[in-house]
Amino acid sequence: MASQMAIFEEEQTAFTQICERLVRDALAKAIFIVDSDGQLITATGETSGIDTTGLASLAAGSTAATGGLAQMLGEEEFPVHFHEGKRNNLHVSLIGDFLILLVIFDERSSLGLVRLRVKRAYNDMDTVLQAVKSRSAEAKDQANDIFGEITDDDIDSLFNDAF
Amino acid sequence: MSFINYAQREIILKIVYYGPGLCGKTTNIKFIYSGTNPDARGKLISLETKQERTLFFDFLPLSLPAIRGFKTRLHLYSVPGQLFYSASRKLIMKGADGVIFVADSQRARKEANIISMEDLKENLLAYGYDIDKIPFVIQYNKRDLPTAMPVDELREDLNAESKYPEFEACAVAPDGPGVFETLKSVVKMILMELKKTK
Repeated sequence: MASQMAIFEEEQTAFTQICERLVRDALAKAIFIVDSDGQLITATGETSGIDTTGLASLAAGSTAATGGLAQMLGEEEFPVHFHEGKRNNLHVSLIGDFLILLVIFDERSSLGLVRLRVKRAYNDMDTVLQAVKSRSAEAKDQANDIFGEITDDDIDSLFNDAF
Repeated sequence: MSFINYAQREIILKIVYYGPGLCGKTTNIKFIYSGTNPDARGKLISLETKQERTLFFDFLPLSLPAIRGFKTRLHLYSVPGQLFYSASRKLIMKGADGVIFVADSQRARKEANIISMEDLKENLLAYGYDIDKIPFVIQYNKRDLPTAMPVDELREDLNAESKYPEFEACAVAPDGPGVFETLKSVVKMILMELKKTK
């Protein structure tokens, strides 16, 4: 369990730029990228008032459960799923094997437009994802620098103010 | 699997509370929520049935001070304890950095504790983890109940070789003895483990 997933500034900026473009093109309210363990990577659009951390966790849980359903039905995965509400809708799609793209939209857009724009943006996102993966060795080295210097005092002081 | 975001300069650790049904996993998380500085805690999400049983998971994000310039965030999850929720329990284990096993001290739950521990080991193995190699602590909860077994007996059932750190707790009490100690212990183990593997 000691392995790490890391994202650097360049890839985060690249993801954010893709999402900003997608928000405009798909006429979406907000777009999020989260990883399959429930960590938020980027949030774009009208995100105020949304508990983004909780949203990331629930989206990952829901996606994992959907994957379980897919396997039960003999499918490897359901790469796209959709939740329709009275005012807001949520379009969920998998990017590669470990990121989840969430597009929230209302009556200003439509499912067809969102699907089309997400499809077009997929390759760009997958390219950034491959860049994230290719930097895993670099991430490991940098993590060495952070964790290698942690002292017992650092760890003890973590809890002083929180509890 | 810890997550490091260099752009945001933060480290996220996922900690999972595991244990038999109604042993107090959600109570632990709710106590941590109530005992944490409001600035340091996020929104508590609890997906429960009408019978107060966790259906999918509880989730509580906590923010700790920066360590070496990186904000430390804890994501606490509790899994559903009942046997029939095995599928969702397994999903929540994915990517966990550390596990807290909450045992129910009541004698009537002796068997349930043992079954849950076996189930945990199986679920960890499914993701390629070995319980002896991950940050793992045991909490003997409900120590205040008259039906509580002696700690020696619980240890014999769950920690016979005393390999894992253990804590006595009463998560439902107003001052929740043992609750924060258990959490601190597993966080410390995770960070020490990350340091050791470097």
